[in-house]
Parts: sequence; structure tokens; C-alpha cells
Amino acid sequence: MARYALRFAALGYLAILLVLPVSLVFWRTFEHGLSAPWHAVTTHDARHAFWLTILIALVAVPANTIFGVALAIAIVRHRFPGKGLVNAIVDLPLALSPVVVGFALLLLYGRLGWFGPWLERHGIHVIFALPGMILATIFVSLPFVVREVVPVLREIGTEQEQAAATLGASGFATFRRVTLPAIRWAVAYGVVLTTARCLGEFGAVSVVSGHLAGKTETATLFVQDSFESFDVTGAYAASVVLALIAIATLVAMNAFRPKEETR
Amino acid sequence: MSIVARGITKRFGSFVALDDVSVEVPTGSLTALLGPSGSGKSTLLRVIAGLERPDGGEVLIADEDMTGRAPQRRGVGFVFQHYAAFKHMTVYDNIAFGLRIRKRPRSEIRERVGELLRLVQLEGLADRYPAQLSGGQRQRMGLARALAVDPKVLLLDEPFGALDARVRKELRAWLRRLHDETHTTTLIVTHDQEEAMEVSDRIALMNSGRIEQVGGPRELYERPANEFVMSFVGPVNRVGDAYVRPHDVELTLAPNGSTREAMIERLVHFGFEVRVELVRDDGERLSAQVTREQAETLELEQGQIVYIRPTRETTFAP
Repeated sequence: MARYALRFAALGYLAILLVLPVSLVFWRTFEHGLSAPWHAVTTHDARHAFWLTILIALVAVPANTIFGVALAIAIVRHRFPGKGLVNAIVDLPLALSPVVVGFALLLLYGRLGWFGPWLERHGIHVIFALPGMILATIFVSLPFVVREVVPVLREIGTEQEQAAATLGASGFATFRRVTLPAIRWAVAYGVVLTTARCLGEFGAVSVVSGHLAGKTETATLFVQDSFESFDVTGAYAASVVLALIAIATLVAMNAFRPKEETR
Repeated sequence: MSIVARGITKRFGSFVALDDVSVEVPTGSLTALLGPSGSGKSTLLRVIAGLERPDGGEVLIADEDMTGRAPQRRGVGFVFQHYAAFKHMTVYDNIAFGLRIRKRPRSEIRERVGELLRLVQLEGLADRYPAQLSGGQRQRMGLARALAVDPKVLLLDEPFGALDARVRKELRAWLRRLHDETHTTTLIVTHDQEEAMEVSDRIALMNSGRIEQVGGPRELYERPANEFVMSFVGPVNRVGDAYVRPHDVELTLAPNGSTREAMIERLVHFGFEVRVELVRDDGERLSAQVTREQAETLELEQGQIVYIRPTRETTFAP
């Protein structure tokens, strides 16, 4: 009896808090057929918003993958002063509210910020422009690859790398032929999580973007701006696209996970 | 292709792992670095391979100074206790690794790997992954991988330590045969004195970061330099200031002038041999080793009183 009660409570919690709201978005979007939502997500501003989201991810994901793997190797394999601090700072984006990240960037690159005036004089606009949005997205999505790769690097140990060294492999050859293949599933999983985080980012980007429709508006900002300007169809339709991307991400995550476990 | 280590010192924090250690491995020999765990034997091997940087001293391989050189350029083959197999590569690719790094032509690689697969008796398993092999097979693959690049010297770090007793014995005999065929200068680290005696021509016995004695297995057993060597290379009884091997304790049923009385506490049968655990009249315990025949002739039994006499004793100057 207690078992059923637990199961009912757990599933009920999931249904009311997760499944119901997301289903409702789908239902409200397609309530009056496909054409209205289709038009809503193919307007110039909507297409631009999705393109911008993808563009930002195309920069942020590779950057955080390359530096994430490098950071993980530094944390696990190297000894340097302040390593504990670095290890802690990597988690900062998980703990810090994205809005704070946005304001921090504003303080640094804004018109009254440290670097802002100098950059403005040289014609580089960071705040209310693409560079700021990319910086904000990189900031919030930084920990995922590092956090996935670190435990796997620890687990595989250094013996395979030492064996490669005694067989004549240089540091880079060892990384490419031994270390990277050993951590590839962890990297893939980290990339999926990073991508999901980049596509869904709202808070930090919201602060630094300026919400200029057709210019600095990402998909998530488009949802909010549409909703606030009473374009409910647009908000719902864009939400559905984001939700579909999220579901695709979940599928990808599950595709990677079992392989990672059997390794 | 000899190995010379001179005055090697290595500290880990305040722990001195190697304290001014010098050892020489003659060309073509199979030398064992024997010692209890924590004696520094693995550290010395890793210093020779360049996997560990010594705080002092120098390493020469084939008369060439290797002290500051990276492991990649030392020409050593290294075999790890836990195999260090490249898990995502097949047996073939594992063995071919060093050759591919050296950019050897494909046909040469195929030929050399085939040769090594035969040598380590893994023909037919070339397409397996390490996870599909037994421990013994994995270690043979590790050995083939190390031999593929024709190393000047072969360094083995407790290569059979993770295997069960039977496989360990088989591989030991096999390694000895392999060495007799290839004559590659080999240094093997082990904590097992039986293994060291069985497989090697020379043994360097280590204890707390120092070499206690270097010599042939027989020399170490028969002419140990000190108490540590005496007790490490075989079982030993301490009788007053003297050390007596169990097989040098003579048992008789009747006393004569030089014997002492003892009671048999326990008899342990090892097939051909019988270990007799004794308590002397003064309460001191010792053990004797006799053949099964002797035990039967004397009709030894638990609780029986016998008379013992050491036929050969060793004492060390204090």
C-alpha cells in the first residue's frame, strides 16, 4: 500500500509540475490548427530570434567544449597554486543567478564600466549587442563539460597516458589517441548539456541584450517579448519550438548515457 | 644495453623513497628489484623509465646519460602492474601503437604485430578489446606492446601482481623462456621472493629506499649480507643470536649431547614437504622443514616430544 502511495505521489508531482504545463503549451499552440503558430514562428523577427539563439550556441558550445576539456585536464592532471580555487570557481555559474551575471557584464563592458568606454571608442559594442550576449551565454554554460569530464579523467587514471609516453607518443599525440577517446562520451554528454543550457538561457542575456526585436532578441527573449506585447500565439508557438528542442536534447542525452555506463 | 642508476635520491614531501641508490643491470641480464611494499623498488623503476624525476643522481641506459630525458626518448619498454591497456583499442591497435607513433609503413606494422601476436600467444585475438581478455592475456598484450618498438631495455613493474597464483606461475616461466630467446636487458620489480628467484639471474634486494644486497638468487639465499636479506629471501628461525633455515633444523627421536627438547605443536603438509611447528622447552617457537618420507619414518605426530639440532646457523656481526 505504502509503495503505491509513494508511486502515486511521485508521479503526481511530476505530472502536475512538469508534464501539465508543458502539455498545456502544446495544446494552446495547436488549439486552432497549424497555420497560426506556423506563421507566428516564421515572421522575420521570430526567424531572426531563432537564428540568433543558434548563432550564440555555435560560438558558446565549441568555446566551452575546448576550454572545458582543457580546464578539466588542468584540474585533474596538473598541480598548480590556487587549483582548489579554480575548481570552485568553475561551479560559480551554477550557483550564481544569471541576472547577476548579466549585471556583472554590464559593470565591466557597459557605458560606465571598466572596459566599456575604451571598447566604444574603438567601435566595439559589447552591451546591447551580440558580443555581450555571447559572453553571457558562455558564462552561464561553462561548468557542464568540465563537470562531466573531471570524474572520468580521474577514473581512467594516468597509467594509459604514461604507457603512451614510454611508447614514444608526444603530449599532443597522447591526448589525441589515448585521453580524448577515453573521455569522448563524457565530452559528448557535456556538449549536450551545454547546448541545452545555451538554447534556454534567459536571465543573463536578457540583461545585456536590450531586447531589440529583429536585432538582439533570442528565442527565449522572443517568447517573453511576444507575451508582453499580447502576441500570445507567437509566445506559445516559439515556446513549442524551444520545448521540441529540449525534448530532442533529452533523447540525445539518453542516447549517450548508456554507452557511457558500459564503458 | 645495460642500465646504470647512480646515487638516485627521490623524496615525496618528507618521505625519502630512494636514498642514494646505485644499481647496475648488465646487458642481456634479467635482474629483479625485490623488496617489501614501500621499499622504493617501483619508484626506482619509474625513475629509470623517466616517469618520475629524481631529486639527485643519474640514469644511464646503454651508456647514454638519460637523466633529464623525457620517457618518450629513452627507448624503454614499460609494462604496468594493472596493464595500462588502451581500452578503446583492439589488441592489434594496442600493440601497433608505438609503431604508428613512429610512422612505420603499414605493411611493416602488420608484419611486426603478427610476429608479436605469435610471440605472446595471442594469435586469433587481434580484434578483441582489452575488456574481452583475461588478466594473463592482457598482460601478455602489454608485453607485446612494449616489445613492438624494439626497446633497448624492458622494465616490468610487478607485471604479474594482479594475476591469480596459477596464471602467475605460468607467466613467470613463460617470461623466462621469452628472455632466453630475446636476451633483452630486463629489470623486473616484484615483492615476491619466489618469483624473483625463479625468473631472474640477479636480484637487487631493496628495503626502505636502499639496496641491501645484489647478487644471484643462490648467493642471496646462502650468503645473505644481513638479517633483513636472510629473513626476506626465505623462511627463517631466530635462535638466540643465530638464524637457522627450517630445512637446517634436524629432528631426532632420541637426545644426544647437542640437541634440545621440543614439542610438536602442529604439522602442516605441503605435498612433498612437511612443516613442523615446534615449541622448545624454554617456550621459544621455531619451525623445521622435513620431507614427507622423513616425517613418516620418524612417525611425527602432534604433541610428540622430539629433539632438535641446527645443522647450519648464520650469525651477523652486530
